[in-house]
Amino acid sequence: MTIVREPVWDDAPRSKAQGVVRRLTSVLSALGLAAKIALASIASFPAVLCRRSGRADFANQLYVTGIRTLPVITVVSLFTGMILALQVGLELRRFNQEMYLGAAVMISLVREMGPFSCGMCLVACVGSAIAAELGTMKINDEIAALEIMSISPIRYLAAPRIFALVVMAPLLAFFCCVVGVVGGGIVGSTQLGVDFRQYVSSAMGIAKTKDLFVGLFKAGVFGLVVGTVSVSEGFGTSLGATGVGRSTQRSVIAGFLLILMLGYMITRAFYR
Amino acid sequence: MSLISFENVTKRFDGRPVLDGLSFTVEKGEILCIVGPSGTGKSVTLKHLVRLLTPSSGRVVVDGIDVAECSGAELERLRGRIGYLFQSGALLAWMTVAENVALPLEECTSLPDEEISARVAAALEAVELSDAADKYPSEISGGMQKRAGLARAIVRETDIVLYDEPTSGLDPVTASTIDRLVKKLNRELGITSIVVTHDIASALKIADRILLVKRGKAVECSAPAQFARSANPEVREFLEAAKGGAI
Repeated sequence: MTIVREPVWDDAPRSKAQGVVRRLTSVLSALGLAAKIALASIASFPAVLCRRSGRADFANQLYVTGIRTLPVITVVSLFTGMILALQVGLELRRFNQEMYLGAAVMISLVREMGPFSCGMCLVACVGSAIAAELGTMKINDEIAALEIMSISPIRYLAAPRIFALVVMAPLLAFFCCVVGVVGGGIVGSTQLGVDFRQYVSSAMGIAKTKDLFVGLFKAGVFGLVVGTVSVSEGFGTSLGATGVGRSTQRSVIAGFLLILMLGYMITRAFYR
Repeated sequence: MSLISFENVTKRFDGRPVLDGLSFTVEKGEILCIVGPSGTGKSVTLKHLVRLLTPSSGRVVVDGIDVAECSGAELERLRGRIGYLFQSGALLAWMTVAENVALPLEECTSLPDEEISARVAAALEAVELSDAADKYPSEISGGMQKRAGLARAIVRETDIVLYDEPTSGLDPVTASTIDRLVKKLNRELGITSIVVTHDIASALKIADRILLVKRGKAVECSAPAQFARSANPEVREFLEAAKGGAI
């Protein structure tokens, strides 16, 4: 799959309707390109693992995606759990139902908030960095240099990054849930008077395997989306430093929106 | 038969012709310098040789292969024979100079590590950069980055090297080092070279032939001595402007 493409120029739209159609077409073609990049990356992943340099790069990307984002993800998930516990706990206390606080926090985190906060952190910390890095490489002719050397940018650059996100996102989402539940427990026991052991037993009693697997599946999909969108935005960069800024911004916006939309669709598919 | 031939190549961007029926040939082992004012299609010409761009009409033929029409496998083989030195050097920032030079060998061949190390050392020696092997691109000067890019371009034992403005932005001493390297690689390794430059002094020094391109057309293609004495008004205008520092 060729990444360095010839520039395309369009005439100015003759009417508003034509402008809207063009905008829609460009969004659809961007989605099509992202899908092609995702498929090509999946196809080239065995080739990444076959080469020593590919395995080393994949391991490095796992580190960048998983370990370097841990501090941010820990803070985000801790406060997500604390906010959830405070809001839900105050309502439950009105009905003397504080004993269900653990269950409420656990269900919210495992089904939605864990994968969602993890996805948002990945968009902000990893996706934006990928788009900026690849965008800078594109405008510095490094991607063209790889293509001229017959080194596939998909295999060399895209596949390790996308797969690191797919592998790490579920693990990070699980970590988010654990830290969030602990955060909820701290608020429950210190501010709402809920016994911590009762909180934990209520949380563990409600958790079902299905919830966990759907949550982890969702996180995996978010990882794929963040990776694919940021790689395709990075590869599509043009117009110098301004273009890098635009690509980074677009990758973050598209990542946020797609995570929200896909999150709803996956929930709808599994919980009717 | 010429090793490289441009046959009436036209390239339009946004309807505007950048190359307008450009025709020229390059013989095996020759250094052809393409000169001309900025924005006249010199770099665009080079990009056609590795199919980063394809002609709107006409043909680009390298060793009997039509570059725009050849299959993916043929293009890969062809690109394996061509080294390309970008204006910026296009080195990967997270790799040392030696790792950058080793990259095409590690990714595209199954050579043993010792053979790769030997070839990298030889390529770095050829461009007089052995001392900077362990440095990162950000730790070396622009001229050294270009030499590292050149080492990467020749490490696969390529027989054609394309230079895109190899001396632009360099001081006269470093520019002269690059000129000397181009000549040395051509003489010692028999590398066919196409050098895109607006530095006429450098072109007169290293070229076997100089091609002046203006508004996407070939104006004159001749040996340096002949080029310098040309009576063609466009060549005279270019030479005068270059002498006055206007180009």
